[in-house]
Parts: sequence; structure tokens; C-alpha cells
Amino acid sequence: MSKVLEIKDLKAKIGNKDILKGLNLDLEEGKVHAIMGPNGAGKSTLSKAIVGHYDVEVTDGEIIYKGKNIVDEEPEERALDGIFLSFQNPVEIPGVNNAYFLRTAVNARRKHLGKPELNAAEFLRAMKADVAELGMKPELINRSLNEGFSGGEKKRNEILQMMMLEPDVVILDEIDSGLDIDALRAVSEGINKMKDGKRSFLVITHYSRILDYIEPDYIHVLKDGQIVHTGGSELVEQLEKEGYSSFEEK
Amino acid sequence: MAQEEVNKAITGEYNLGFEIDIEQDTVPPGLNDDVIKFISAKKDEPEWMLELRLKAYHKWLEMEEPDWGKLTYEKIDYNSISYFSAPKQAPESLDEVDPKILEAYEKLGIPLEEQKQLQGIAVDAVVDSVSVKTTYSEELKKHGVIFCSISDAIKDYPELVKKYMFSVVPMTDNYFAALNSAVFTDGTFVYIPKGVRCPMELSTYFRINALNTGQFERTLIVADEGSYVSYNEGCSAPTRDENQLHAAVVELVAMKDAEIKYSTIQNWYPGDEEGKGGIYNFVTKRGICEGDNSKISWTQVETGSSITWKYPSCVLKGDNSVGEFYSVAVTTLAQQADTGTKMIHLGKNTSSTIISKGISAMKGQNTYRGLVKIGAKAEGARNFSECDSLLIGSQCGAHTFPYLESKDSIGQVEHEATTTKISDEQLFYLRQRGINEEDAVSMIVHGFCKEVFSQLPMEYAVEARALLELTLEGSVG
Repeated sequence: MSKVLEIKDLKAKIGNKDILKGLNLDLEEGKVHAIMGPNGAGKSTLSKAIVGHYDVEVTDGEIIYKGKNIVDEEPEERALDGIFLSFQNPVEIPGVNNAYFLRTAVNARRKHLGKPELNAAEFLRAMKADVAELGMKPELINRSLNEGFSGGEKKRNEILQMMMLEPDVVILDEIDSGLDIDALRAVSEGINKMKDGKRSFLVITHYSRILDYIEPDYIHVLKDGQIVHTGGSELVEQLEKEGYSSFEEK
Repeated sequence: MAQEEVNKAITGEYNLGFEIDIEQDTVPPGLNDDVIKFISAKKDEPEWMLELRLKAYHKWLEMEEPDWGKLTYEKIDYNSISYFSAPKQAPESLDEVDPKILEAYEKLGIPLEEQKQLQGIAVDAVVDSVSVKTTYSEELKKHGVIFCSISDAIKDYPELVKKYMFSVVPMTDNYFAALNSAVFTDGTFVYIPKGVRCPMELSTYFRINALNTGQFERTLIVADEGSYVSYNEGCSAPTRDENQLHAAVVELVAMKDAEIKYSTIQNWYPGDEEGKGGIYNFVTKRGICEGDNSKISWTQVETGSSITWKYPSCVLKGDNSVGEFYSVAVTTLAQQADTGTKMIHLGKNTSSTIISKGISAMKGQNTYRGLVKIGAKAEGARNFSECDSLLIGSQCGAHTFPYLESKDSIGQVEHEATTTKISDEQLFYLRQRGINEEDAVSMIVHGFCKEVFSQLPMEYAVEARALLELTLEGSVG
């Protein structure tokens, strides 16, 4: 089983606060890994550390992606190499056309991969197909990026970007927050369609609800900056019954 | 990116900074009655024009330079400036134009020939103070449109000039307008007859060329009843060390049911990191909506000059007349801009829109100053103002001074103002999608300016985008 991402003894802080305290995690190719944990355990910090967010300072440890330590890489390098984060709260960017933005991003990635860039017509055709599949309102593609989008529309837009960018590792940070049941179903279907046996997923969630829709291969329990337990989907039931307190820290 | 790198990238050689060596015919520095007589004689002007110039000059001598702008600069020595320079011979056709001038246009990306053929734009090109070439005037003549240099207009259409010049901006309106009235050397005159929709975009490119020579353009556009014209003004200047004074006056007159759309791209030399060597730009631009249902729309993209003092304004005299002001002002390096508009509502149901976008980077200081005045008879007047500032880095500044004068509460005025720092979260979002930092900044800035750019004619909007990108190159804080 090949590992696409190996996180080794990762320590990271935000400001002066130590959040990740020697975290170890391996992501297997083609698998769905869920990270569950109580508020403040470091779930979002972990996702930010992987994508190189400016809030997070990695003080020790390694993040090995496709065999290379990426701790010092720029965010855009990691993105071009295939790491995608679906943001918990996608930011609004006034005046930047959604389709224009996404085409720029898609072509940056294609160029990086040595593939020909898509012209406007090719891009729009592909985008429209994905938009329809996600049940997004078609007019959203010509609006300013995320501006005035509802919570559900923003999350669908994240998934649309994921589908178009075809990343190798997908991090979904609280993808189910703010979604009603229909949106949750549409988003999950979008994600499930992207499972191809090679692409890996890291589903970060506080609640187990999303795991009814996206079936995880592994569940990792994150508590106080460390992975304290790893198991299969049977853990969901235990967590629901007993809560996080039943998992002792190592 | 480290601040040093940023500064290095942003101060990269001013790419329009080159000089042309043309034989000049220049008066010695200084200003007196003789210099004004020289200018007037050189331009072969009628006596009445000389008298007006001298009158303006003597008024100017009694006036004081205004200092209310949020601008800091060394006092201008008006006696160190040469007030006239012109290429010796005015050529008849493009073939006669000095190849060096043509080359300069080439470098600016505005070859006359190409513009004539491809863009259908009539170009009245001004090198220094004398028009060297007017194109498409034959085609325009067919529609009765007059598009010529102001010098020619004074000789050929004295009645129109006498009627309208100084009617919108009186010669004593302000210090710089008075100076311009005394010494203006050339500029553009446009007259659109009743009911004519001008068949093409009109365009003048200015270029400050002679060393140590102030440039004083005078533009007058009259749109008669039911007519329409779109006029584009774009500028650039070569690098130099001394500050250059530029004090232009633009007057617009829109009669009943007429519309004038006036677009400007200004990218004169901004000076170096300390502000040394840049252009001082003191401009008076004003339009009057004389007749009912008339409309005047100013759109400006200001990226150049070390000092900008400029308030394109609309006097909304006719009932139901409309005034618009769309502005993007960029200050980087040590540039200072104090710019905005005045909307004077006099007629009933007049309406005005002000959209101002200020972008500050490095040590740039950007001030919006706007006045909305609702006269006592302007029942049903409406104004909407939106003034947004975008800061890039921490050394720059943005300031907003909106003034409202309304005697009664007969008008409806809405004002919105925001100041945003280019958001780290926005930048990160784009970078996480694989877009590099430079492109991400440019995308956010273009988004910020979109409302204004969408008002520009298409080719012009493309030019504005490119210019903005160039100006802000490497300005990530």
C-alpha cells in the first residue's frame, strides 16, 4: 500500500500557542481518511499546516508528500502538485469572475502537469457539466467569486473547483457545516464520484453525519494535537455512543 | 516576499521613459507679457485671443497657489519654466512627421497608422504643445463634426470658441486655470452638431517632450442638442529629473439631450522612490449639462504623476440631467493624489453617480475629495457615491473627504465608503488554487476596479488593465 502523504512528528503553533504536538499520520493512496476530534483539538490547524497557511508555523517534524518534504514550499507549489483544500469558510473576492478565476487555476495546474491549457470554450463546456452535476445554479459561474453566495453555494463551489482541478489529495475541512440535507447529498455525490482508487481524501469533521455519505476507510481520532487512535468505520458508532472522552491520549 | 524585493520589482525601469531629440523652438524660462505675446504670435492668433490671455495673466498674478490639497511638494518656481516649445514645422501628412516621433508612438504602443486602420479612432496627436497630426478629419467632416486643435479652432471657428471657451471654467476659476488661460499652447476642440452621433471614438494622445517645459493643454468639447460623443485622452511622458508642471483645462458643454463620455488614462512619469522627477499634474476638468436630459460621464484611470490634483466635475443645470464620475487612482512609490469630483445639482430630478477606487502601495498617498451640492431648486435630485480604498502594504495611506452641501432636504444622497487592506485570506485562497502571488494580487486588484473599467471603451479597458498590472508589479506586501 503506497503512502501519498506522511506526516511525521509534526509540531506547529498559531501565534504563541502550541497546537500540534507531535502528530503522526499516513495517508494511503486511493483511501478516505477521516479525522475526528473535539473542538480545539487541532483539526483545522492540521489542514492548514498541510497546505502552508500563513497562520501556522511548523516548528518541528515533516510533511512528506510524494516522497518530498513540503514544509518549506509555497502554498501555490503545493497546490500545483495536487493538494487541494476545501475551505471551511471560503472567502469572498469581489469583482473576480468565478469562471475566470477557475479557468486561471485549472490552466495553471494543467501547465504545471505539462498538459495543454483549455481554451474558453473547452473550459466552459467542462465547467457547465460539473455545475449541472452538483445541482449548482448556473448563474453562479458568472458571479464574483463566492460573493453573496449562501453557505451551501459556497461549499458546492468548493467541490466544483475540486472536480475541475483534479487534485491527488483532497482535504475537506468541515465540508458538511452549514449544509442542508439536499446540499449535503449533492456535495457528497460530487466527492464520491471523484474517488478513483488513486485520489486520497482527508475528511476533517466534528460530526459523524458526513461519514454516512462519504464512507471512510480509516478513522483517526485527534485530541490535543495528536492522533490518539486509528481504526475503521466501526469507530463512528463508538464515538457516537461514548464521545471523545473514551479515547485516552497517548 | 521581502519588502526589499518588492521595492526593487516595483521601481523597475519606467518602461515608457525615453526621450526624443527634436529641434525645439523654445522661449527662455520665465513669464511676462512678452512671453504671452510671443506665444500668441507664434500661433498666429487673432487680437481678441491675445487680449484674453493677457487678462488671464494679470488676474493670475494677483492670485495665490492653493494649498488645501493633502499634498506635500516643494514650491513651484514659475519663472524657471519655459512656456513655449514646438516642433518647427507642422507637417501636412503622416509622411512628413518626424520619424523619431513616430518611433516614440511605436514604443508607446500607439502607432498612428495602425490606429487609423485598425481601430477607427481619429487621433489628434500632441507632441509637446503643437498638434502635429490630425487624422480622420475628412470622415468626420462628412458628419459635420469638428475635431481639430484648439489653435486652429481659434482661427477657423472664432464664434464657437468665443461663445464657449471660459464658459464652464472661467479664466479666474482657480490659480492653475488662470495660468492655463494665459499660456495654453494647444489642445483639442470638438464640436458635434445637432442630432449627430459621432461615428467614431475621438482620441488625443499627449506627450510631454521638451526638457523643462510645462505643458498647458486646453480642451473644449461642445455637444449640441441630441448629439453624442466619446472622447479618449491618454498620456505618457519620458523620464526626467526635474519636476514638470502640467496644468490642463478641459471644458465640456452638453446641450439638450446630448451626451459626452470622456475617458482618461494617465500614466505620466511618477518620479522615483523619493518622488523625485515626477510630473506635477494640476488639472481643472469641468462639464456643464446645459440642457434638459443631457449627460456627462467622466471615467479616469490615474496611475502616473508624482502629484495629482484633479476634480473632474459636472454642473447639472438642465432638468433630468445626469453626471457620472468613475475613477481608479493608483499611488505607489512616493506618489500623492488628491482627486475626486464635484457634482453640482441645479436642475430638477438631476442625478449623479460617483464611483471612486483608490489603490495605495509602497509610500503612496491617495485622497478622495468630493463635493455633492444640491441647489435650492434641484427638487428630486439624487446622488450615489461609493468611495473604496485598497491598501497594499503598510506604509501607504488612504483618505476620504466627502463634502455635502444641501440647503433643504430636497435631494437624496447616499454615500458609502470602505477601506480594505488586500486581504491575506483572499490571497491565500487564490494561491491554494495554484495561482502565484503576483497573479493573485493582480486578480484581486482588477476585481476591485471592475466597476470603473467596465465604463471604459473596450480597447481602452484593455490598455488600462495592462497599465495597472505594470504599475503594481511586485507590490505584494
